Amino acid sequence: MSTAIKWFWFASPQTFFPLAGRVAVVCAIGAALLGAAGLYVGFFVAPTDAQQGDAYRIIFIHVAAAWMSMFLYVVMAFWAAIGLAFNTRLSAMMASAIAPTGAMFTFVALWTGALWGRPAWGAYWVWDARLTSELILLFLYLGFMALQAAIDDQRRADRAGALLAIVGVVNVPIIYYSVQWWNTLHQGASVSLTRAPSMATAMLWGMLLMALAFWLYSIAAALARVRCIIRERE
Amino acid sequence: MSWGSWSEFWAMGGYAFYVWGAYGVTAAAIAVEVWALARRTRRSRETAS
Repeated sequence: MSTAIKWFWFASPQTFFPLAGRVAVVCAIGAALLGAAGLYVGFFVAPTDAQQGDAYRIIFIHVAAAWMSMFLYVVMAFWAAIGLAFNTRLSAMMASAIAPTGAMFTFVALWTGALWGRPAWGAYWVWDARLTSELILLFLYLGFMALQAAIDDQRRADRAGALLAIVGVVNVPIIYYSVQWWNTLHQGASVSLTRAPSMATAMLWGMLLMALAFWLYSIAAALARVRCIIRERE
Repeated sequence: MSWGSWSEFWAMGGYAFYVWGAYGVTAAAIAVEVWALARRTRRSRETAS
């Protein structure tokens, strides 16, 4: 068994530890630079929207945070599943390391959505499919973290958390397709792989830069946290 | 560029509360996470050594 682990060089926490530190620093610097560029484009290059005025500028963090909230959940469930199937220590640690960052972005998506919903729809909150399923995503993240924290035996905590994470993955396509499946106040996707984006170029660039910044931030935060977890457990 | 002055920029066309409320809380959420990570890193170093 110990020789088999050596095949997966970076699957060992000890060899992964220094690599994670270096990648985290590079990603953190990249996130700061891209975030500054995204804010500049979002506030000083992108024009005022003809219909929504300047309230639409919330889009630059709202959409990026919403993307990350769903993406990070899938990545978390992926590592949790790998950990459950192959009993690899680092996979379970990665799942635990991603959860708080995912929860943070889910909260940000909900918060910025509420503050955008008020001027756009006249309500901070409505119980429609998109908003409700995103709220459930926040509870799934919090439930995963609470469940892991509640179980003293680390291996059992990892297994229980993994099961919750995997079952909860069904919620992600529900969030993503909710605007197509149900009548909802929430608008459909502004950016999609199948057609040209329905927005001005500068707006699109601001959004993509912020999304990349949040992406790099998530990698940096998750790797910094997994280093803490490795230190705490090993 | 859509702003004539800084005060116009901060006013956000009348949506200052919503725009800055969204950006402010997002910045605060990230700051809290970074702070918590820094604290956890420090503590895990202390106990590991």
